Amino acid sequence: MLILTCPCCGVTGEETEFHAGGEAHIKRFGPGSSEDEFHGYLFTKENAKGVHFERWRHNNGCGKWFHAARCTVTLEVFGTYSAQTYEPPQEIKDKISAKRPGWSWREFA
Amino acid sequence: MSTRLATGGRLLNKDRAYQFTFNGKRLSGYEGDTLASALLANDQMLIGRSFKYHRPRGVVASGAEEPNGIVGLGEGAKFEPNQRVTTTELFDGLTCASQNHWPSLEFDVGAINTKLSRFLPAGFYYKTFISPRPFWKHVYEPIIRKSAGLGKAPKDRDQDTYEHFYAFFDVVVIGGGVAGLQAALAAGQAGAKVLLMEQTAHWGGRAVVDCHGVNEGEENVNGTPVDKFVDEIVAELEKLDNVTMRTRMMGAGVYDHGYLIGYERVTDHQPELDGPRHRLWRIRAGQIVTATGAIERPLSFAGNDIPGVLLASAIRDYAVNYGVSVGDRTVVVTNNDDAYRTAITLKSLGLDVPVILDARVLPEDSALMAQAKALGIRVMMGHGVAAVKGGKRVTGVEVCSQAGEGAVLETIDCDAVAMSGGWSPVVHLWSHCGGKLLWNNDFAMFQPDVDNPPRGADGEGFVIPAGSANGALDLSGILADADAAGKAAAKATGHKPGKGKAPSVQGITEAPMAAVWLMPQGAGVKKRMKAWLDYQNDVKVSDVQLAAREGFESVEHAKRYTTLGMATDQGKLSNINGLAILSDALNQPIPQTGTTTFRPPYTPISLSAIAGEARDERFQPIRKTPIHAWHEENGAFFEPVGQWRRPYCYHKPGESNHDAVKREINQTRESLGLLDASTLGKIIVKGPDAGKFLDMLYTNMMSTLKPGRCRYGLMCNENGFLMDDGVVARIDEDTFLCHTTTGGAESIHGHMEEWLQTEWWDWKVYTANVTEQYAQIAVVGPKARKTLEKLTDADISADALPFMAWADITIGDGIPARAYRISFSGELSYEIAVPASRGREFWDLLLAVGAEDGITPYGTEGLHVMRAEKGFIMIGDETDGTVIPQDLNMQWAISKKKDDYLGKRAQERSHMADPNRWKLVGLETVDGSVLPDGAYCVGEGTNENGQKNVQGRVTSTYYSPTLDKGIAMGLVHNGPDRMGEVIDFPKVDGAVVKAKIVDPIFYDKDGEKQNV
Amino acid sequence: MSNPVSALQGASFDGFAKVEEAGLCGMITLRGDLASAKVKKAVVNATGTEMPGQREVKVAGENALAWMSPDELLALVPYGEVTDKIAAIDKALAGQHYLAVNVSDARAVFRVSGTGVREVIAKLSPVDLSADAFTPGMIRRTRMAQVPAAFWIGEDGSATVICFRSVAEYVFNLLKGAAAPGSEVGLLG
Repeated sequence: MLILTCPCCGVTGEETEFHAGGEAHIKRFGPGSSEDEFHGYLFTKENAKGVHFERWRHNNGCGKWFHAARCTVTLEVFGTYSAQTYEPPQEIKDKISAKRPGWSWREFA
Repeated sequence: MSTRLATGGRLLNKDRAYQFTFNGKRLSGYEGDTLASALLANDQMLIGRSFKYHRPRGVVASGAEEPNGIVGLGEGAKFEPNQRVTTTELFDGLTCASQNHWPSLEFDVGAINTKLSRFLPAGFYYKTFISPRPFWKHVYEPIIRKSAGLGKAPKDRDQDTYEHFYAFFDVVVIGGGVAGLQAALAAGQAGAKVLLMEQTAHWGGRAVVDCHGVNEGEENVNGTPVDKFVDEIVAELEKLDNVTMRTRMMGAGVYDHGYLIGYERVTDHQPELDGPRHRLWRIRAGQIVTATGAIERPLSFAGNDIPGVLLASAIRDYAVNYGVSVGDRTVVVTNNDDAYRTAITLKSLGLDVPVILDARVLPEDSALMAQAKALGIRVMMGHGVAAVKGGKRVTGVEVCSQAGEGAVLETIDCDAVAMSGGWSPVVHLWSHCGGKLLWNNDFAMFQPDVDNPPRGADGEGFVIPAGSANGALDLSGILADADAAGKAAAKATGHKPGKGKAPSVQGITEAPMAAVWLMPQGAGVKKRMKAWLDYQNDVKVSDVQLAAREGFESVEHAKRYTTLGMATDQGKLSNINGLAILSDALNQPIPQTGTTTFRPPYTPISLSAIAGEARDERFQPIRKTPIHAWHEENGAFFEPVGQWRRPYCYHKPGESNHDAVKREINQTRESLGLLDASTLGKIIVKGPDAGKFLDMLYTNMMSTLKPGRCRYGLMCNENGFLMDDGVVARIDEDTFLCHTTTGGAESIHGHMEEWLQTEWWDWKVYTANVTEQYAQIAVVGPKARKTLEKLTDADISADALPFMAWADITIGDGIPARAYRISFSGELSYEIAVPASRGREFWDLLLAVGAEDGITPYGTEGLHVMRAEKGFIMIGDETDGTVIPQDLNMQWAISKKKDDYLGKRAQERSHMADPNRWKLVGLETVDGSVLPDGAYCVGEGTNENGQKNVQGRVTSTYYSPTLDKGIAMGLVHNGPDRMGEVIDFPKVDGAVVKAKIVDPIFYDKDGEKQNV
Repeated sequence: MSNPVSALQGASFDGFAKVEEAGLCGMITLRGDLASAKVKKAVVNATGTEMPGQREVKVAGENALAWMSPDELLALVPYGEVTDKIAAIDKALAGQHYLAVNVSDARAVFRVSGTGVREVIAKLSPVDLSADAFTPGMIRRTRMAQVPAAFWIGEDGSATVICFRSVAEYVFNLLKGAAAPGSEVGLLG
């Protein structure tokens, strides 16, 4: 069972206090988007083996959403950060690079 | 015979005798006994029968690894099957009974299987019971189920209590032997917050027993005997405030990120005490030190399962710890030096050891061998057991040369055999979460690969093995390794270990062991068929060899095919021996075969401990409205709605559900009904962007709603499917109150927050879930206004408070209330929200003033029927996660003016816009009966599976008391274009119900009743 | 009956710790910019406490002010004063973007007292309740068995536990079971 640190309230808690919310950094496509764009938005997900970026909600806690950078193989947590962002912060990317040189995920590396 | 010795028994309190019964026989033991030692002290060697062949079984071990000694413990509400006698502490009044035999333990008809064992090899079930196919379900399975299994499931409710406990430590040391004690001391002295747990009731583990009887002074720690050293280190640990010590607590499982389950048996040994029987510690540890020791391996020789053949270490334990001799004459058979300790111990207690059969051939005697010989014990090097003689207990052994095929050289009478095949580190907890193993060829054992530990949240290792669990098998190595492990754990958790050295040990150097996987080495098939690997599941050397021949070459396949290691002991004794045999059969080295996966728990733990507090009234939260008690007192028949319990209807004496629902609806339609609607979700949405936000959330336009007014709205997810509906009231320019379905309150609030936090975080909107702040009561029926007017001075006339408006009013002597003129029944209706703390008061007031009009509380079924009569959809009935508003002909609720709302783009996708989607219609049976719920409407032809094509299904169906006939709604292909057509709904019994497609509004189509 | 009633009307249980439903307690959820001087002033005026920092609760007599999330506070005041307090907050924050709402009736409050308080809670919530980890002045929002809850431990060692009203009975049963005589763990006492 994972432990995560909520960047919104600072609590480090066990997985039962959190709720996983799928892949992070997904761009919403609405009316006016092409079939391909909309299909990609709704259904095409990374399913990464290794470095992955996820959304979590601290549902049994402060109620806030945040992002986590995690390794799906070793379950190592590289860091958690605000959900109010379009890409992982440099600091998180640096941490991952230090541990998983040459990583890439979608357009990030 | 096995008996109690006159002296000895270091764990016993002989001043306190306990009475207990086994199969109804009255026996006695002492405080400090395990059930195993007490049974042996009473010469109860035969304890049970094996799983498959019903072979006689006696204890083979003295601890958690025991496969044979399992009994049904206790009676009635205290009964528990499959309890290991070796880990059950004796208490006064204990009752237990043997298992898996009929009619009696001594004479078991099932033992015929052992005679048939040639015909019951590995994979027997799979091969034999496969055909004819139908026989499996009706003939084979019932018989096999009846004859298989060990203990019986308890019949009575468990009367004990259980609990969880969350605890957090820097370092948790599992195992309270000398290694665990030393590791805990090293970590504790460094200042780490330490938990040390030991599964038995005693500290010190094996070391004290192992040094027993060995030449005085030859083995000591810091110059003191080992038992003194244990006392001293325990005393030292007890002085440290930062170290917590718990006995009777097992490390059950190691999981991700330092999560660890500790299984504490709080009152098993003293059932008369208050408090929980078991406590499940849910621990987070910075570092876990596994000082879990090692387990001795049996040797595989013919008859190694006969009661009286025990592990050498177990015989030593029974003698030293409990003053019990397993036999008067014990033959020791070994491939290592350690078993000599048993011979020396027994001899020192005045018991006879006719011979030590040592499979090794060594150039010179080791210290222990010399000591044994000096005691006059005959030692036969290069020899082993050809076969054990005896049935329900050992009567002798046939001696052979280990190198040969088992020609009997000599027969030696004895009543016990002490065997030792070497030691295996207990690597279970190390391995649970991914710690890797290495093969140690010198000791023929797997040990932790310390470079590949389980890794935690930070990517660093979080388990450190210590002592014999790490492959250090001599006392000096054990203490040095444990000291280092404790220091490393302290360091990894940010503490500074001291410079102190590990205790200095004077020990005995043992001669190397020799791997012996079969005795004798060239044993023929007859011997191999009697050489047991897994005692509980009856897996023999020959079975594993057969599995290999038949192609089950992966260790995981061979395990499942033979059931090796799948019994309640999970193969603690059998796994290594089994995979050595498998490797030999496959002609490959043991590490290439590998081990099966070690999974938690280490030994079985009670299901009740896992459930913890979650049973009876605490099994799950039951949510109750402020009016719940009234419902209970007035005949409510409850149905679960999420975690709520809502009245389905209220029974008057003698009424059926049907009668009650009919009465409630008729009375509501004719006069006055009352509904506890408190469970409906209520969410406040406030801010300058609240209107814009709700326009995105709902398919309707909410931003144009005027303060003081209400609007029914639909909510879809991004896939376009309906997820919730409800009435939105605009409170003021900036503030809306959104009603959700009962089940939607938390999820819709979460949905709102998700979009606000993760997509539109720059929008100025705050939400608050105020569902439980209010008791909400629907006052429904032609007399609703008249009734309310008796309770308020406010003007609630049709002009002042028209349909789909709301107003703040005061009820009675000052209950603040908000009245919403909304209707889900089609009647004149007010939904009135009052503070929850005054909900019951308001309900009682309504009952009082409504009495003259026959006020009638109605339940959820009445609500459902009345809404169906009006053609109102219900989320979860008309919708199932695949239905879009357009399917329900609700285009009127979809704003055409909005560029965007959640689900809009999805609803433009080709399949969503397809005119061939099933659409909502009313259904009226030709004969007036009620359509079965969920029935499908069949069409022409069949699909590729030969099933009839379907063209629609029933989504809601009820008997309508108002119309006195069955009414239904359904989704039907091109439904709205087929009004008047009669379609077929086959029932489960094959009969067909004919129903006409009609308008879904069955009652008061123009809404005159609600709009008065 | 013409008085507001709490969910369990003061039910209590004596185990190795004492569990009491605390009755009705005035509670205001305030959402807004917690860095805003106006917001701070409005809530501090309402409760008479200091402004809490992250995961803190400030207590002053019957009143308390708890940090619930980066944009949410919970103000605790006497039940009868809630309407006036909200009116005062509304007045002080007129024109600001905020939300102040009465949630007094949506909650149940329990007081757990005695030497075993920390152990009672540690049986139900996945939180380190040792005295050095969870100190007076901290508030923790978490779960208690299967429902959301929040709690803090005061200087006097007693705990205040807040949960939703509809599950008051469930939470009372949880606390009762956890405080059952004989079930002391002996770790956090």
